[in-house]
Amino acid sequence: MKWDEFFVTGEPLIYMADAAIVLTIIGIVFVLTYFKKWKWLWKEWLTTVDHKKIGIMYIISAVLMLFRGGVDALLMRAQLTVPNNTFLDSQHYNEIFTTHGTIMILFMAMPFIFGIMNIAVPLQIGARDVAFPYLNALSFWTFFFGALLFNISFVIGGSPDAGWTAYMPLAGNELSPGPGQNYYLLGLQISGIGSLISGINFIVTILKMRAPGMTLMRMPMFTWATLITSILVVFAFPVLTVALALMTLDRIFGTHFFTLSGDGVPMHWANLFWIWGHPEVYIAILPAFGVFSEVVSTFARKRLFGYTAMVWSMVAISVLSMLVWVHHFFTMGSGAPVNAFFSVSTMAIAIPTGVKIFNWLFTLYKGRIKFTSAMLWSLAFIPTFVIGGVTGVMLSMAAADYQYHNTYFLVAHFHNTLICGTVFAVFAALHYWYPKMFGVILNEKLGKITFWFFVLGFNVCFLPQYVLGFMGMPRRIYTYPADAGWTELNVISTIGAVMMGIGFIFLCINVVYTYFKGERDLTGDPWDGRTLEWSIPSPAPHYNFAVTPQVKGLDAWWMMKKERKEGKEEEKPEYKPIHMPSNSGRPFIMSIFFFIAGFGLVFEWMPVAIIGLIGVIICMILRSFEYDDGYYVPVEEIKQTEAGRE
Amino acid sequence: MSEIAPKQSNLPLEYSTKQNQLNILGFWIFLGAELALFATLFATYLVLVSRTAGGPGPEELYELKTVLIETFLLLTSSFTCGLAVYEMRRGKQAGMIGWLIVTILLGIGFLYFEIEEFILYAVHEGATMQTSAFLSSFFTLVGTHGLHVTIGIFWILIIILQVLKRGLNADTARKVFISSLYWHFLDVVWIFLFTLVYLTGMVS
Repeated sequence: MKWDEFFVTGEPLIYMADAAIVLTIIGIVFVLTYFKKWKWLWKEWLTTVDHKKIGIMYIISAVLMLFRGGVDALLMRAQLTVPNNTFLDSQHYNEIFTTHGTIMILFMAMPFIFGIMNIAVPLQIGARDVAFPYLNALSFWTFFFGALLFNISFVIGGSPDAGWTAYMPLAGNELSPGPGQNYYLLGLQISGIGSLISGINFIVTILKMRAPGMTLMRMPMFTWATLITSILVVFAFPVLTVALALMTLDRIFGTHFFTLSGDGVPMHWANLFWIWGHPEVYIAILPAFGVFSEVVSTFARKRLFGYTAMVWSMVAISVLSMLVWVHHFFTMGSGAPVNAFFSVSTMAIAIPTGVKIFNWLFTLYKGRIKFTSAMLWSLAFIPTFVIGGVTGVMLSMAAADYQYHNTYFLVAHFHNTLICGTVFAVFAALHYWYPKMFGVILNEKLGKITFWFFVLGFNVCFLPQYVLGFMGMPRRIYTYPADAGWTELNVISTIGAVMMGIGFIFLCINVVYTYFKGERDLTGDPWDGRTLEWSIPSPAPHYNFAVTPQVKGLDAWWMMKKERKEGKEEEKPEYKPIHMPSNSGRPFIMSIFFFIAGFGLVFEWMPVAIIGLIGVIICMILRSFEYDDGYYVPVEEIKQTEAGRE
Repeated sequence: MSEIAPKQSNLPLEYSTKQNQLNILGFWIFLGAELALFATLFATYLVLVSRTAGGPGPEELYELKTVLIETFLLLTSSFTCGLAVYEMRRGKQAGMIGWLIVTILLGIGFLYFEIEEFILYAVHEGATMQTSAFLSSFFTLVGTHGLHVTIGIFWILIIILQVLKRGLNADTARKVFISSLYWHFLDVVWIFLFTLVYLTGMVS
């Protein structure tokens, strides 16, 4: 392979990206060296097993990926603004919509959600950490290096271009030669390991580590959402693992699972992909529902309406989510009975979702609503998500879907659910839990500017796309003729996309502003919260709870505050040394070996792949022989930390 | 969190600490994920089994004798693995290690016959992974199970070394117990392989 095949060449945009990457790396290395921060980076972050720090790293990575995916989106909108545009050629456009979809779902939405789960769940259930802190670090680093592997594709070797769904035979060797599609397969495979481990970790944490008195039906709604999501992760991700592995075998080792030759079945890929893929969108949306439940009940200053119905509707959604995958390809012709079944099961999801929507509305009813930024995101979610839901039911009618299929109507629909559901939720969660992460409150004024730009921009961007869909504009086309009549709506849509971009910039400004001038949260409970994470100082001390809390009902912290107001005498807390797990650099190093193995397989350099795998195995063996019982936080340190709070 | 709770006397050694209980539950859930993984591979096999692209089909290929030997070896190893855990619960370290070694040897025997079977198909009958969709799925399904057995053998070996070094305590007992869960799981998968792949393949 020649160097000009190894590096992507011939595109001014790519050269600019190359320069930006090199400058950023030089900048980071310079700053770390100048401020002598290398040791700090290693000791405090790269080797940490603290769920709060891992959560923060997840969120930072997710915001970076949101930037990357957002730039992809803006490039696409720029290309589509006017007819017969030559800003991007068709190949480049194909690569960009593929990476946009893959990154936004797998490297933005998922890690953002895992980050918030990491920060909130152990604090909500009164635990000192997750069940397996070491594996938690491994989850993060495999995600990180999987995402890194996927992301370097656009400067080294070329990006995948078969869509984020990677349908066969398009994604096969004949139609997608070169390393691009391999990046997709290996990047997702490596980060998928992390997702699976996280799923197991949270199930065990939630089932086994709740504070005494917290029965399952006293758990905060976000914890419930995390539990159900984790179960979906554990049963859905192995299907993706297998599907990716089979396609890797097809591409690298010449097997015939999904190929046209050798009697393979390309349809089988579509089935496997969506058997994972549909639960996956609920993996992205259920935690969002959890966030909104917390935020709505906190800022309406009311107990969540219909708690039990909320839990059971999530369970119902998770079961149904496994039974609807064929609605992604009604037009592949599975026959009327099959399509009818999946039509009905898809429509059925609207019922538990509707229950949830009404419960949020009833929670708001007669509440003393505080319009904070977090609350605004939640309020905007309800009507916009309903639009996504209603158009979803329209799409679920198999006969009608033959008209909507692969048009901009579909594009608008899933952005209405994924942006208004997941993205609004992670922004709400960021505002809501920011004080618990960093001890400072995100600026409300900047938060509201972000909100209005983003939400208005969203609607300006995507509502015209429904109409474009009706007018017959197909998705994934890189340009269109002037006489198609789509120009005006495309211009409007691009304006909306730019507004969303401005909203994102304000979010970044807010983070920087808050770092320097943010209002400190000295109470630990800035929102007058209801759940246990607000009972401890902000930012949360590394051991979380000095004394394990006793839970007497739903909204445990709210009840404690009420008892306090009623003048109930508090027991003086008696501190005991707290047992904590030791840091470890091995998850980081092991994930580097995963990266090396993945990179070797992408270019089909088997010696490199084997070296990487041997490194992984050695790391696992070393871990098995390691006996580390962690350490104890002395009582003196706990007293000091807790005293700073009164 | 690795809280080292006080020992509860009525619990077996592997369940005696809080962290051990977490690890064992976590591993059960991991086995649930493994179940989904193998279910997907079985589904793939069933979709592709009749698609032979002019190559050999199941009935021409499968060799009942080797498969039966493999089955008996693996089922017996599951039994000896159970005996090892039984000895562990009685606190008999030497007995436990003895039965674990027997388990490993039976596992190696299983692998020997499986590799021989693969070589027979691939070299002598020219039926490789690249021949047809059926053979791709066959080798992947059975091979994934074989890979799991291989990993299990090395894993148990590593745990035996740790027991020899540290004796039987809550940590090593947990490791032996979890690896035994894994080994039994592979046995369960094999029962499905034997019936759904080999027996059904030879009957039809």
